[in-house]
Amino acid sequence: MTERTMAERTMTERTMVEMPALLVVEALQAWYGESHILHGVTFDVRAGEVVTLLGRNGAGKTTTLKSIMGMVERRTGAVRLDGRELIRLSSDAIARAGIAICPEERGIFASLNVQENLLLPPQLRPGGLDLAQIFQLFPNLRERFSSQGTKLSGGEQQMLAIARILRTGARLLLLDEPTEGLAPVIIQQIGRTIGALKAQGFTILLVEQNFHFAATIADRYYVMEHGRIIDRFSNNELEANMSKLHEYLGV
Amino acid sequence: MFEIFGVPSQALFGQLLIGLINGSFYALLSLGLAVIFGMLNVINFTHGAQYMMGAFAAYLLLQYLGLNYWVALVVVPLLVGASGMLVERLFLQYVRQLDHLYGLILTFGLALVIEGLFRNYFGSSGEPYQPPDLLQGGQNLGFMFLPNYRAWVIVFSLVVCFVTWFVIERTRLGSYLRAATENPALVRAFGINVPRMVTLTYGFGVGLAALAGVMAAPIYNVSPQMGSDVIIVVFAVVVIGGMGSILGAIITGFALGIIEGLTKVFFPEASSTVIFVIMAIVLLIRPTGLFGRTA
Repeated sequence: MTERTMAERTMTERTMVEMPALLVVEALQAWYGESHILHGVTFDVRAGEVVTLLGRNGAGKTTTLKSIMGMVERRTGAVRLDGRELIRLSSDAIARAGIAICPEERGIFASLNVQENLLLPPQLRPGGLDLAQIFQLFPNLRERFSSQGTKLSGGEQQMLAIARILRTGARLLLLDEPTEGLAPVIIQQIGRTIGALKAQGFTILLVEQNFHFAATIADRYYVMEHGRIIDRFSNNELEANMSKLHEYLGV
Repeated sequence: MFEIFGVPSQALFGQLLIGLINGSFYALLSLGLAVIFGMLNVINFTHGAQYMMGAFAAYLLLQYLGLNYWVALVVVPLLVGASGMLVERLFLQYVRQLDHLYGLILTFGLALVIEGLFRNYFGSSGEPYQPPDLLQGGQNLGFMFLPNYRAWVIVFSLVVCFVTWFVIERTRLGSYLRAATENPALVRAFGINVPRMVTLTYGFGVGLAALAGVMAAPIYNVSPQMGSDVIIVVFAVVVIGGMGSILGAIITGFALGIIEGLTKVFFPEASSTVIFVIMAIVLLIRPTGLFGRTA
């Protein structure tokens, strides 16, 4: 084992032992209309971690993020942030509690320019990044400041979608497939950005199909299938679980 | 006195002025409809009744409380707007996620109820409302006589339209509105209280209708059916301009008022149908309206 992975491993283990869970999800069930999507999802995310939900299409990963954020019609179970129960709150109240989402479809507003998109989410708590810090992470956005939101390239739209939730002061970021449909060089850039955010103390819950990408940034993984968590392991257990994982994901 | 295309200039400019006045009201009313449709996804058929309520509120404030036109111009939009917010909280919030038809039937029924109540109390003959003293009289421009009150209506409605457009298209508050029109669930997940914004938006749209009603009171008779007379044309204007387009509603409102006025001069027989003919043609060529975005 190289020194670097040793260091990572001890870091991960220390995190697991000492840090209390920032987000606790227990027996979470969710419905869209008549269809029952989540059948009791239980997992947790500790402060400062990057945790990835893996699973095939339709396993319930996106619905899990939306349920945490209060964006589904009906949900039961428990979602606690720093011990505070959020399950009965509306999504605007959940945002004020300190969670922000970057949705799968990115949700860039076509009738707003880049500046308006970036400044749309209000600052709800202290501790968000200021514009200078955001431009440091995403230099492209400064150049495209007055462009229409949807005129940006896919990569730029993704960066805008991540950038705008950094101002709000949310400490837990829910990122839904940030690499989907993007070129490898852009994916690398997004990976570096997530690393930088982690270093700044953000906690990140990531949904990814691209498990090779997830492996470069995640501390721990949960595997979902049919609306349930079916397995979990940390980054240093990844090698050992590789064949199982290929089976789960059907790659 | 001179002639243009064989028409005396007095008649031409006179009808142009009437067209601009009507256009001012079309613009104010279709603007409110566009704002409401964009945010609530509801086609507000109560709009004409709310315009009528504005005119009646101005009349009643003067009659019973002695409050003049200028006070009414500020107070009435707030009062009628507040009644609109009540309607949104009591009824509309439950139908706006459903098919358009539900909101349409609800607001249409509400309009019938409101107009019926006013007809019951005030009869259908209509009440006169004098223009304020400050705006009595008029200017002789040489080629035509311009009543002061009518000049005021045109200028003031242009200002109101511009301010509304500016707030929606160029300010932070407006960016919330535009974003919530596109994707309310996501805007809410950013921590913005979207339901409250929806209520305020409906109140604002209704307030605009009431403001138009106050402005209309000295020009048209204040009568219970004044809203249903104008609202059919206003819906045609909205269809031509494109549902949900702010600038489209304003420009189309004024343009169609002028076209209607000019038609009265050059081909009077068609003056009451010209707007609907234009609507049919626009629907054939551009079903989303002149300024509508293709969905």
